[in-house]
Amino acid sequence: MKVFNAGIAWAFGLVVYGFILLPVISLVVFSFQATALPVPPFTGPSLRWYEELFADSGMIEALANSLVVGTISGVASTGLGFLAAYGLARHRPRGAKIVRAVIMTPLGVSYLVIGFGLSITANELALGKSLVLVTLGHIIINLPLAFAIILSQMREEDESLERAARDLGAGELTVIARIVIPVVLPGILAAFLLSFTLSWDEFIIAFFLADFDVTLPIEIWSQLRTGLDAKTNAAGTLVFAISLVALTLAYILSRTTQRRSKGS
Amino acid sequence: MNGAKLGISNVVKQYADHRALDNVSLEVEAGSYTVILGPSGSGKTTLLAILGGFTEPSSGHVMVAGEDVTNVSPSRRPTTTVFQDYALFPHMTVGKNVGFGLEMKGVPKKERRARVLETLKLVDLAHVSDRHISEVSGGQRQRIALARALIVEPSVLLLDEPLGALDLKLRRTMQDELTRIHRMVGTTFVHVTHDQEEAMSLADNIVILRDGRIEDMGSPARLYLEPATAFSAKFMGDSNIVTGVVQAARNVVETAWGLVEIEQQLTPGENVTLSIRPEHIVEDAQGAHNLGEWTVSESHFLGQRHRIVAAKNHHEILVSVSQGSLHTVGESLKLTIAAKMAKVVKGEK
Repeated sequence: MKVFNAGIAWAFGLVVYGFILLPVISLVVFSFQATALPVPPFTGPSLRWYEELFADSGMIEALANSLVVGTISGVASTGLGFLAAYGLARHRPRGAKIVRAVIMTPLGVSYLVIGFGLSITANELALGKSLVLVTLGHIIINLPLAFAIILSQMREEDESLERAARDLGAGELTVIARIVIPVVLPGILAAFLLSFTLSWDEFIIAFFLADFDVTLPIEIWSQLRTGLDAKTNAAGTLVFAISLVALTLAYILSRTTQRRSKGS
Repeated sequence: MNGAKLGISNVVKQYADHRALDNVSLEVEAGSYTVILGPSGSGKTTLLAILGGFTEPSSGHVMVAGEDVTNVSPSRRPTTTVFQDYALFPHMTVGKNVGFGLEMKGVPKKERRARVLETLKLVDLAHVSDRHISEVSGGQRQRIALARALIVEPSVLLLDEPLGALDLKLRRTMQDELTRIHRMVGTTFVHVTHDQEEAMSLADNIVILRDGRIEDMGSPARLYLEPATAFSAKFMGDSNIVTGVVQAARNVVETAWGLVEIEQQLTPGENVTLSIRPEHIVEDAQGAHNLGEWTVSESHFLGQRHRIVAAKNHHEILVSVSQGSLHTVGESLKLTIAAKMAKVVKGEK
């Protein structure tokens, strides 16, 4: 009976994961298709579509734009999130709970509303749509996540490290640079990688706020509209691979932090 | 390095719901080893935090070497603290930890290295300089924290329950170590603990805190042998506390245990509280004021001595007798108080 139950559990698991992963697998597999259409039968493997992808200046420009937007919005959300987390955890200002709630609100608002709202606001202010606006939008959605990740790493016990540093003559900036940041560094890097990833494959906000310069998801989408070929599979695979690497790194970093909290 | 005199005058720390320190005044001699002793919640850690500059007093002043440092930040105070959890920087090596204070002062790298090694030598840890904090033991961490605080040559070193996390044996070893280091560096040490044995073995001077007030202070011997209050008598080791009335003879008190002779001449009819250490209750019934016959109700062998609880007419008395004299439960004992060892103390209100 037990074996039977375990069998059912495994089968159910396989079905669930298959359902989730099958589209990704088919995306990746058909990116190596030798013929034009990414549909069975599989005719590869071939790197033909990757060559075409890297020859497509539109795609390459969009990829570069995505990297820039992801990096800047990741750095900004992580930096702001760190400062907010440090201030709230260590200086405990009046109304800290309210400030925390306000920082977290974008998490509860759909990307559609944020994108649309920013678009209207930019219009009212007569600001043209641009990648700068997309970056701003991505900072808005990623700030709460970066803040929450870093705040969870600000352990009360570590406050005595900061006290000890001050006791030995360190000023506030030195305390932040030499003690606070190194101690929560894995959390900071994890927050950055997660923010980068979310910006990297974000579509809706970028769609509302980008103009002629677009990010990679928008470029892929517009090429999909003009016709189906395996080049978009190659681009999708690239997006997926970079996200996977960033998320794996973020996961490893958060694990090392957990070990540190448990040990010593 | 030379220790400085430390003065605390009328320090009050008021929190929203309670008063952690209530008008504490205290003079600490330059270069002395002072232990602030008290149960948890007595305000001893708050007092140390005020001395270190981490907590601001609601009123009162802290003086180091005659200078008012009440409003001076920790980084500019001539004090350093050895924290209870050591607070060693986990991302630095032992040597970097110890050298941190010198680095903050802008001491060049070469000189820093030399002084780090010299200070680590003082605590017998020169060989772990390049290790990471996670690679050293608890006892070593304690000594690293001590070295890190001492390297900047503070006028006053503050120690917040520094031995609390160590096991008993290591704690006793570290006590001897602290005494040795204190003698070598000559800095004023102010050490907070709730362990009276630790306090007695280390201190030149003990301050007993209770509910934010100084209950008693003085040398360990004075506090133990001549406690000022019933609380400090019980907090500094075991004691028997009994109340009674001064008799016409002026130096005899009638208690529930029997007649007890005291040193002072007091007013007949006065109510007094007496403290008698268990080791000062002896087996003898020759004198005029003996305690009569008691029955052993508990007997524990503690190694060096036996701890015995004896009873008479529903009163209990704690007796400590030497290793050689064995008593079993139910045995009767004739007890008396060693000459001049019943001390008049301030009782509980």
